[in-house]
Amino acid sequence: MSGYPHRHLLGIESLQPSEIVAVLDTAEGLREILDRPLKKVPALRGRTVVNLFYEPSTRTRASFEVAEKVLSADSLSIAASASSAQKGETLLDTAKNLEAMNPDMIVLRHSAAGAAHFLARHCRAAIVNAGDGAHEHPTQALLDALTLRQRKGRLEGLRIAIVGDLLHSRVARSNVWLLSKMGAKVVLCAPPTLVPPGIEALAPVTHRIDEAVEGADAVMMLRIQRERMTGAYYPSDREYHLRFGLTEARVKRAKKDVLILHPGPMNRGVEIASEVADGPYSVILDQVTNGVVVRMAVLLLLLGGGGADA
Amino acid sequence: MAGSAKGALAAAPPGFRVRRELMDGERIARALARIAHQIVERPRHAQGLVLVGVRTRGVPLARRLARLVAEAGSPTPPVGALDITLYRDDLTTVAPQPVLRGTEIPGSIDGRTVVVVDDVLYTGRTVRAALDEIIDFGRPARIKLAALVDRGHRELPICPDYVGQTITTSREEIVQVLLQEEDGEDRVLLLERSPASRARRGQKKKRGRRA
Repeated sequence: MSGYPHRHLLGIESLQPSEIVAVLDTAEGLREILDRPLKKVPALRGRTVVNLFYEPSTRTRASFEVAEKVLSADSLSIAASASSAQKGETLLDTAKNLEAMNPDMIVLRHSAAGAAHFLARHCRAAIVNAGDGAHEHPTQALLDALTLRQRKGRLEGLRIAIVGDLLHSRVARSNVWLLSKMGAKVVLCAPPTLVPPGIEALAPVTHRIDEAVEGADAVMMLRIQRERMTGAYYPSDREYHLRFGLTEARVKRAKKDVLILHPGPMNRGVEIASEVADGPYSVILDQVTNGVVVRMAVLLLLLGGGGADA
Repeated sequence: MAGSAKGALAAAPPGFRVRRELMDGERIARALARIAHQIVERPRHAQGLVLVGVRTRGVPLARRLARLVAEAGSPTPPVGALDITLYRDDLTTVAPQPVLRGTEIPGSIDGRTVVVVDDVLYTGRTVRAALDEIIDFGRPARIKLAALVDRGHRELPICPDYVGQTITTSREEIVQVLLQEEDGEDRVLLLERSPASRARRGQKKKRGRRA
């Protein structure tokens, strides 16, 4: 058995398969706490966590907060939109000032790729990357993997299609790293305008969703990230749905026991049809629960006696 | 805790050797039978009884006790398992990587008699953690403590209600409980540091405590 020997969680790319397994196994061990009459354990009592969010978030931020509370850590959440970042304070100044209050961990969401790595170089606190630009979103990939492993019993050998806005997706990148490290076969699918250069080195890319979904054990849908789109990447939502939307007819091409994942928030009727999002094969709400469990595992491994420098 | 190489008698952790056998299979069985009878003797306790084993080896012991309680004429009590890792007072300083196996409490414990079952009672810190965790699950009428071996050296004011065997040990020694379910045989061993490793340890100490 090997553990998680790092002080931070910055991305999946630098993790060993055994370290990914350590996070997933720890998460499974923590799952039952959420079913207890009193959903709280004293494991991280007296530890302070700052959630520093420079981009809007519902699921990620809420699940980090729930995870922190369940493990009895003291936490505070700062939304940049309501902070001194609006007055022009730089990320480093904000972080240094927060650090003067001695937090044990900073959970950072930022629009710039590498923001979490930057803080890790300059701060004493443990840093968790909760999404940095279009780079990585490691806890999302871990919760997706936990969901797949929970339902399929394994990751190795699974055929997984990742479909949608690859260009702006940190979720896709973290998932490709994680799934290929764990021995799954990944196929990527997007319109040519939404494929980032160089991604074909990580996994094969197709522009036909039918081809990607064919025989898949799981389909991960990605959100069309309108807020990041500066140009015209596709003609219209309706056109996108016709060519790249996941419909019931398309789900039938996958394996009978296919799982449909979506990291949220969904654009119903664009990348995913409502019948599919609410269908029996959809594990979208399992993902949310697993998001809390996986973040509890990350907190515990980084703050609870783990860490190389502990 | 010692890794459980199944059935290997030489399962002594590196640097330790067996000093003597404290209990064999038959003595373990007799000790558990006696504890089961002591539990059943108090009808108030035997009613609404729940046995909760502390992971790892308290769980098979609790299962065996449940069977013995049933054989002694009481209804078979439900058995739970307690993983006290998240309640340890040294979690953030000692545990290298917590390995979690989860806690399972069978149904509500409100108003019931909970017997905590562990293999070795030593400093009492595990029991403190177990008590805190159980109380987070409800309000039992009473909590009792059963241990197969009490080796002394308590660091907290905790006292067992049912004990298989009390022995005098030094802090340098280890009491190792081997159980059929986990280790392939029933034995309790007293281990001591082997002379070679004692010498090496002395040198290490001088260089500082960093492990």
